[in-house]
This record gives sequence, C-alpha cells and structure tokens, in this order.
Amino acid sequence: MLNVISGLLAGGVAASTNSYESIATVTVGTAQSTISFTSIPSTYKHLQVRGLTRGTDASNGGVAVYMRLNGDTASNYSNHGLDAFQGASANTEAFGNANTTYGLNFYQPSAGNTASIFAGGVTDILDYQNTNKYKTTRSLGGYDMNGSTSGYNYIGIYSGSWRNTAAVTQIDLICSAGSFDTYSKFALYGIKG
Amino acid sequence: MAAGSTYEPIATTTLGSTAASYTFSSIPSTYTDLILVVRAALNAAGDIYVQFNGDTATNYSITTLYGTGSAAGSTRFSSQTQALIAYYGNLTSTLGNTNQIVQIQNYANTTTNKTFISRGNNAGSGLDANVGLWRSTAAINSIKLNNSSTTFSVGSTFTLYGIAAA
Repeated sequence: MLNVISGLLAGGVAASTNSYESIATVTVGTAQSTISFTSIPSTYKHLQVRGLTRGTDASNGGVAVYMRLNGDTASNYSNHGLDAFQGASANTEAFGNANTTYGLNFYQPSAGNTASIFAGGVTDILDYQNTNKYKTTRSLGGYDMNGSTSGYNYIGIYSGSWRNTAAVTQIDLICSAGSFDTYSKFALYGIKG
Repeated sequence: MAAGSTYEPIATTTLGSTAASYTFSSIPSTYTDLILVVRAALNAAGDIYVQFNGDTATNYSITTLYGTGSAAGSTRFSSQTQALIAYYGNLTSTLGNTNQIVQIQNYANTTTNKTFISRGNNAGSGLDANVGLWRSTAAINSIKLNNSSTTFSVGSTFTLYGIAAA
C-alpha cells in the first residue's frame, strides 16, 4: 500500500485512499497473552495488522510478537529476518527458521525495560483470501529506548510463510513470554484490490 | 465490521520554492496513526529529520538497520535534538531518487512516549529500517521536517496521511 502510494506520488498523481478500511481494533485493558481477530471477512485483497505493544515479562532482552493463522498450531510456519539489536554491544543479524509453530512479526520491550516505551510494528498478509497460494507475510517493527544498555534497542524486517492454501479467517497475536501489557493495541485493516 | 475508508490524506505540499524546513501544523487528533511520505531532494545530499510539537530539546533517539549496497549494519543515536528518519536511505540532490516513509502510531495518546518506525530508500546509496523514540507523552500536533543541508529543493513533496481504527 505504502509502496503504491509512494509510486503514485512520484508520478504526480494523488493517491486513492478509499480502499483501506478498518476491520477491528483491540486495546489491552488487562494484560493478556493472546489477542485474536476472528471471523475476518473475505472481501479484501490484503490485510494489515498494526501494533503498538509492550510485554509484562520481567526480562529485558526483547519479547517476540508471534502470529498464528486460523488457529493452526502445527509446524507449518517459517520466517526470515534481518534485524539490529543495539545494547551494551552493537549487533546486526540475519536468520531463518523453518517448520515453526508460529510466525514472527516483531520484537517488543517488556517489564525489564524502560517504562512507557512501546514497540511499533506493521505486518502485511498478502492475498490472504486466495485458496491457491500459501500465505506470505512481511513485517517491520521495533523499539528504541534512547540507547539504554539495559536490554536492547530493536529494529527489524521479517518475512514469513504459512504453508496452507486456506483463506485466512483468524489471526492470533501471541506474546512469546508473559502477556501484552496494558495500553498495548492491535488494529486490523483490510485493503481492497 | 469495517468502519469504512480510513486512510485519508491530511495535507500535502509540493515546494514551489526552496525551503529550509517544512512543518505540518494543527494535526487533528481524530486518527489513530499517522503516515508521512517524503519524496524530496536537497541542494546537496544529506540527512532528513523530524521534530514534534516544536520540541528542540534532546528528547529524540533512533536505532537504525541499514544496507550500504555491500554490507548490512546498524547503529543508534541517543539524546538527539531531532530524529533521523533515514540513514543510508537518505536524500540526494536529485528528485525521484529516494523516498522515506514514517509511521507514527498512537500519536494522539497522552499516556506513552511516542515510537515511530520508518523506511528510507536511496537507489544510489542504500536503504534502512529505523525506529525512533520521542520521549514525550504529549499528543503530536505538529511535525517539522529538517535537513542537514541548506534547503529542500523545488518540487519536493511531503504528504501526511491519517489512519483511523475501528
């Protein structure tokens, strides 16, 4: 969507923005480990999940935001990532994980990190209603803590695959340790095609 | 249920004359997230920064993940008076060679510090993914774009979108 808009702007043509619709939003009032979007309509071309989150786990090393589709807990997921985690040392890494039981969206701070800082993350699920293709996702996300060396400052880009041709009707967002903290938020949007 | 179209342009400008900076002001608080799209050039290649609500104190920081064309790396900048929105994906002196897209989530909330993520793309020098922090719980009502050179070039385009959640 953003690439499309950027391209349109480059051509001097106003972007059409009437194809991007809000489907549902969850704001965490009481900490919860999983947030689910269910009964997702099939009327869009792509989905986008926008998160602003923080975990309750006592650690400070970065807590992952995982994603499962249609409640599938089998080893049908894989991902690749390129990320930076800057703390007491500066690290850049590229990695891949095959046959996992979840997808990886981004990393968030938790209770062991500086207070009142949340991770921002955006995940696109492309062609989610197509029943002839496995599902591909892409994410951008991270958090900065003004250089704190108690834990890491994270930024990363991630791609994922769910080896299933079923239309996506449910998205579960899972905190890899502990729960999503109060004020965390996920919003689901549909993009028409 | 879908709440209808939510990706709306708030303001856009194309510079008719060079400018040292550009400011989006009086940003309404009626959206959930903001998207800033930059298609700009400078009189000489350089960096582009944001400041929020006119805050020029050292309340900004950024962590960046970049590719130079031959290697990947990362770095961070703490306690800055403004925040980079691109590093290797920064501006050139030629319009059309770069773009920068910034996502500012929950910009109107008054409870948390503000996190923003961005991507910078420069066809000649590299690209980056960035996360920035503005250590303020104030709702964002203005965004000023600064640069490390002298001026933004004629024809530079800045567009601000708002996204509302259900």
